[in-house]
Amino acid sequence: MDRRTFSKNIALAGAAAALSPFGIARAQARKLKVGVILPRSGYLGFIGQSCQKGADLAPGVIKDMLGVDIELMNADFESNVDTARTRAERLIQEGANVLVGAFDSGASAAIAQVAEQRGVPYVINIGAAPQITEQGYKFVFRNFQTAIDIVREGLDLIGALFQATNTVPRTAVYMHVNDTFGQAMTKGIGAMLPLRTHLPFKIVDTIPYDPAAKDLTVEVSKAKASNADFLLLVCRLNDAILLRREMVKQRWNPMGIISPGSPGMYEEQYFKTLGKLSEYSISNVPWYNPNAKLTKIVEKAFLKQNPKDRLDFHGLNVGYTFEAILIAADAFKRAGTTDPKTLADAIRQTNITDKMSLGGPIKFNAKGQVEGIGSACVQNLNLLPTVVLPTSAAKAKPVFPAPYYKKT
Amino acid sequence: MSVELAANVVVAGVLTGLVYGLMALGLSVIFGVVRVVNFAHGEMMTVAMYAATVLFASLGMDPFVCILPVAVAFFFFGYALQRTLINPFIARPEHSQFMLLVAVALIIVNGLLMIFGPSARTVQVDYQLESFEIGGILLDKARLYAALAAVATAAGLFAFFRTTRAGKAIRACADNHLGALVVGLDVKKLYALTFGLGAVCVAVAGCAMVLLVDVTPPLGPAYTLLAFVIVIVGGLGSMPGALLGGVLIGVSEALAGLFVAPSAKGMFSFGLLILILLFRPQGLLGRRN
Amino acid sequence: MTRTSASLAILGAVLVAFPFFAGNYALSVATLILYFAYTGQAWNVMMGFAGQLSLGHALYVGVGAYAAAGLFFHYGLGPWAGLWLAIFLCVAMGLVVGFLAFRFGISGVYFALLTIAFAEFTRIGFDHLDWLGGPGGLFLKVAQRDSWDLPNFRGPPLMYYYAMLALCLLALLVCSRLLRSKAGYYWQAIRENEEAAQALGINTFRWKMLAVAISSAMTAVSGVFFAFYYNNLFPEQIFHISRSIEIILGPIIGGIGTLFGPILGAAVLTLLSDGITDGLAALGWEIPGIKQVFYGVVLLAVIMFLPNGIWPPIARKLKL
Repeated sequence: MDRRTFSKNIALAGAAAALSPFGIARAQARKLKVGVILPRSGYLGFIGQSCQKGADLAPGVIKDMLGVDIELMNADFESNVDTARTRAERLIQEGANVLVGAFDSGASAAIAQVAEQRGVPYVINIGAAPQITEQGYKFVFRNFQTAIDIVREGLDLIGALFQATNTVPRTAVYMHVNDTFGQAMTKGIGAMLPLRTHLPFKIVDTIPYDPAAKDLTVEVSKAKASNADFLLLVCRLNDAILLRREMVKQRWNPMGIISPGSPGMYEEQYFKTLGKLSEYSISNVPWYNPNAKLTKIVEKAFLKQNPKDRLDFHGLNVGYTFEAILIAADAFKRAGTTDPKTLADAIRQTNITDKMSLGGPIKFNAKGQVEGIGSACVQNLNLLPTVVLPTSAAKAKPVFPAPYYKKT
Repeated sequence: MSVELAANVVVAGVLTGLVYGLMALGLSVIFGVVRVVNFAHGEMMTVAMYAATVLFASLGMDPFVCILPVAVAFFFFGYALQRTLINPFIARPEHSQFMLLVAVALIIVNGLLMIFGPSARTVQVDYQLESFEIGGILLDKARLYAALAAVATAAGLFAFFRTTRAGKAIRACADNHLGALVVGLDVKKLYALTFGLGAVCVAVAGCAMVLLVDVTPPLGPAYTLLAFVIVIVGGLGSMPGALLGGVLIGVSEALAGLFVAPSAKGMFSFGLLILILLFRPQGLLGRRN
Repeated sequence: MTRTSASLAILGAVLVAFPFFAGNYALSVATLILYFAYTGQAWNVMMGFAGQLSLGHALYVGVGAYAAAGLFFHYGLGPWAGLWLAIFLCVAMGLVVGFLAFRFGISGVYFALLTIAFAEFTRIGFDHLDWLGGPGGLFLKVAQRDSWDLPNFRGPPLMYYYAMLALCLLALLVCSRLLRSKAGYYWQAIRENEEAAQALGINTFRWKMLAVAISSAMTAVSGVFFAFYYNNLFPEQIFHISRSIEIILGPIIGGIGTLFGPILGAAVLTLLSDGITDGLAALGWEIPGIKQVFYGVVLLAVIMFLPNGIWPPIARKLKL
C-alpha cells in the first residue's frame, strides 16, 4: 500500500466515522433488546403466561450458550388486537431491536404489519395461520408450523401410530372446535386425508362445536351414535376436558382419542382435572426433542425458575418462545450489530442445528418460514405427556387401542 | 338418527335447561322487582363457583353442602350491594345502570384473575361422572341433582313470595311502585331484600354449576347473556317462567345441535329471543304491564 | 359561539400538527383514539340524539368491514367501492332492526337486548360463512407503501391518522348540523318524552328510523377503515360484545348527546388505559388483571359521580 492509498483510507475511515457517529457505538453494542409481546391477561392469559416462562429463562441460557447479552422488554397485549398493535409500536419506540410473539394469529398479523412498516425484525414464536407468511414481508419470520404443516405431520404420525401398534381402524368420527385454528385444520384434513391412501380409515361424521360451549352433550351423543372406531379431535383445553368427561358419562369408549395437531390434551390442566381419565389420549403436535442437548439445558433452567412445575406441561409454549429468542440472539451474534436491517438479513441466514424442537435445522425460506419442523406423537402415559413417536425421540411405546376400549 | 339418540339429547337438554333456569331465576327476581339491568349476573355466579371450589379444596365440602354457607354469604353481599351501589341507580337511565354493572363485572372478573390465576378450578366428587340408566336413556347424575336443586329453589322462592308478608310486600312493590310507597312500605329495604334473594339464587346456581363446568375468571359474561335471554323468553318476574325459559333454551339448543350444526346452536337461542321480543315481549309466562 | 369555534380551530390545528412532534407509538395511540371517537360519535347519534340504547353496534362495524374486505378479497375492488356496499348493507340492517323494534314497541332494555341478539346471531353466522373466511379469518393482502395510495387506502401510519382525523371532523360537522336542524329538535323531543312528542304530531317512528339509518351508515365507514387498517378480520373478534361495549364507553364517559363527549371520552379512556399500565409497571405491580381492576374502578367512579359524563362540567367551566 503506498502513501496515497494509505492517506485515502485514513480519510475515508475518518469520513465514515464522522458521518455515522453512532455506527461505531452500535457495532460495539453487546446487548440485544428483545421486545416480548404475549397475552398475559384476558382469555389467552393462561397460554401467554406459559410462553412467558420460556422468555424469562432465555437470557440466562443464551448467555451461557452464545455469550450474548439479552435484555427482555415484556409487554402484555391483554388478548386484544388493538393493544397488540400499540404495544408493538411502543416497544419499537423504546428501543426494541427485535420483536417476539404473539401466539394469537390476529395479534401476530397486526404486529407483523407494524414490524414491516418500521423495519424491525419480528420472530413469531407460535401461530399457525398460513397467511401471515404469505404477505411478502421482509421482516417477519416464523419458527413454527403452519396449519398445513401441522395437519400433514399429524396425519403421517397417525399412520405411523397404526403401524407401530399393528392396528387397522376403519372409521373415525371427526370433532373440531369451530374457531380459527379448528377451521384451518379442517381444511387441511379435507385436502390431505383423501390423498393419503395408506391410512386405513375414513371419516364417517364431522361434528363442529363452539369453543365456548359449556355443554357438549349433543355433540358427544352424535359422535357416539356414529359408532366410529376412534375419535379424531381438534380441540382446545377446556372443551377437551368437557368432552372427555361427557364421553365417560355417556359410556362411550372408542379405540382412542387422537388429535392430528391441536392444544388441550397434553396441558397440565387436562391431567389435573381428569386424573386417570386423561390416560391414553394422543396429540400429534410440534414438540421438543426430549433427547436433545439443548432441551436438557432449558429444562434445568426452567426447573430453577419454576421449581414446582414441569417442562412437560409447557413444552410447546416454552420451547418455541425460547427458540424465537435464540434465533434473535444467534443472528445478533453473527451480525455484530443491532441495526435492524442487518439483523433481519442475519436472521434470514439462520442455520441452527443445536436446537430443542423436533425436526430439521432452523432455516428460513424466502417467505420467512421455517420448513421441516417436526411433530411428535405425544401420548398421555402415567399422567405425563410422553413422546411415543418418532422412535428416535420416543420415551415409551404407544398404547393403542386404549385399555378402556369396548368393541360395540 | 335413532329415537334413542333424540330422546337422550332432549332429556339432557331439559336437565341442562333447568340449571340454566336456576341461574336465570335470580335475574328474573332482581330485574322483575328492582328493574335494574344486572349485567354482572354471570360474574356473580362465577364468584359463587369459586367459593364452592375453595370450600371444597379446604374443607372437602360437597358442592351441594356448600350451598348453605355460600347462599347466606351471598344474601348479605347482595343486600349490601343493592343498598350501597345500586340504589342510587334505580332511577337512572338504562345506559348508566348498564355501565355501572359493566364496571362491576370488569372488576370482579379481573379480581378473580388476580386472586386465583388463569387456570381452571374444579371440584372432584365421585358421582360427577356417573349416570343412571333408565331404558335406553342415560341420566347424568350431577346434572340431575343440579336440576332438582333448581326446582327446589324455585319452589322455595315461590312459597316465599306467596305466603310471607315480606314476599307479598315485594310483589306489591313490583306491581305498583307508587302504590307501595303510598301504603307505607319501606321500598328501599324491600329492594335490598330482593337483591339479596336474587343473590341467593345465584349462589345455589353457582354451587350446582361447578359440578358441570370448570370455573375460570372469564366465564361470567356468556352466562350473563344467557340469563337475560332466558328471562326475556320465560317472562320477567315469573319464577316458573325462568325455569321454563331455561328448559326451552336448553331443549332448542340441543335439538338444533342434533339436526343442524352443533357449532351454530347459539344462533337458535338468539333467534328465539328475537322472536319473543317481537311477538310476545312479556315472555311466555309473564304478564303484560 | 365564537368561543367554541375558536377552541375548535385551535384543537384542530393541534391535531393536524400532532404527528410532527409525536413518536410512532403516540401516533398509533392517537389513531386508535380517533377511531373510537368517530365510532362513538356514530353510536351517539342513535343513543344521545334519539335515545335508543344500542348494545350491538359491533354488528355494523363488522358488516361494514366484511363488505369492503370481501369485495377487495374476491373481486379486487378498492375500499372506495366497498364503502358504498358497506353503507348500503349497514343501513339496510339498521332499518330492519329499527323497524322490528319500533313497530313492535320495543324500547329501553328490551331494545338493547334485541341489538345484542342481532350482533350475536351475526357473529355465529359469519363463523359459518366460509366464503368470507369463516372462523379462520379473512386476510387481506397487505402492500407496504411509503407513499399515500388513497385509491387503495394503503400507506404509512401517518395516512391512516389523517384519514381518521378527517372522518372525526366530518362527523363533528355532520352531527352539529343535525343537532341544529329540525331533526335535532324532534330527536330531543322524542328523547325527553316520546308520548308527548307523538301527541304533538311528530311521526316518532320516522325520526327514530332516521337516527338509526344515520348511525349505522356512519358506523359502516368505521368498519371499512378497520378492515384496511388491520387487514385481517375474525368474526369472533369483530362482532364480539366486548367490541360493542368498547364503542359505547367513550360516549357514556364523555357525555351522551353532546357533540364533544364521545371525542373527549375516547381520549380520556385510551390515555387512562395506557397510563394505568405504565403506572403499574413503574410501581412493579405486574400482576395480570390488576390493570383492568384499576380501570374498572375509575369507570365506576366516573359513572357514580359524573352521571352525565365528563364533558358537561368541563364545558360549563370553560364557558363553551
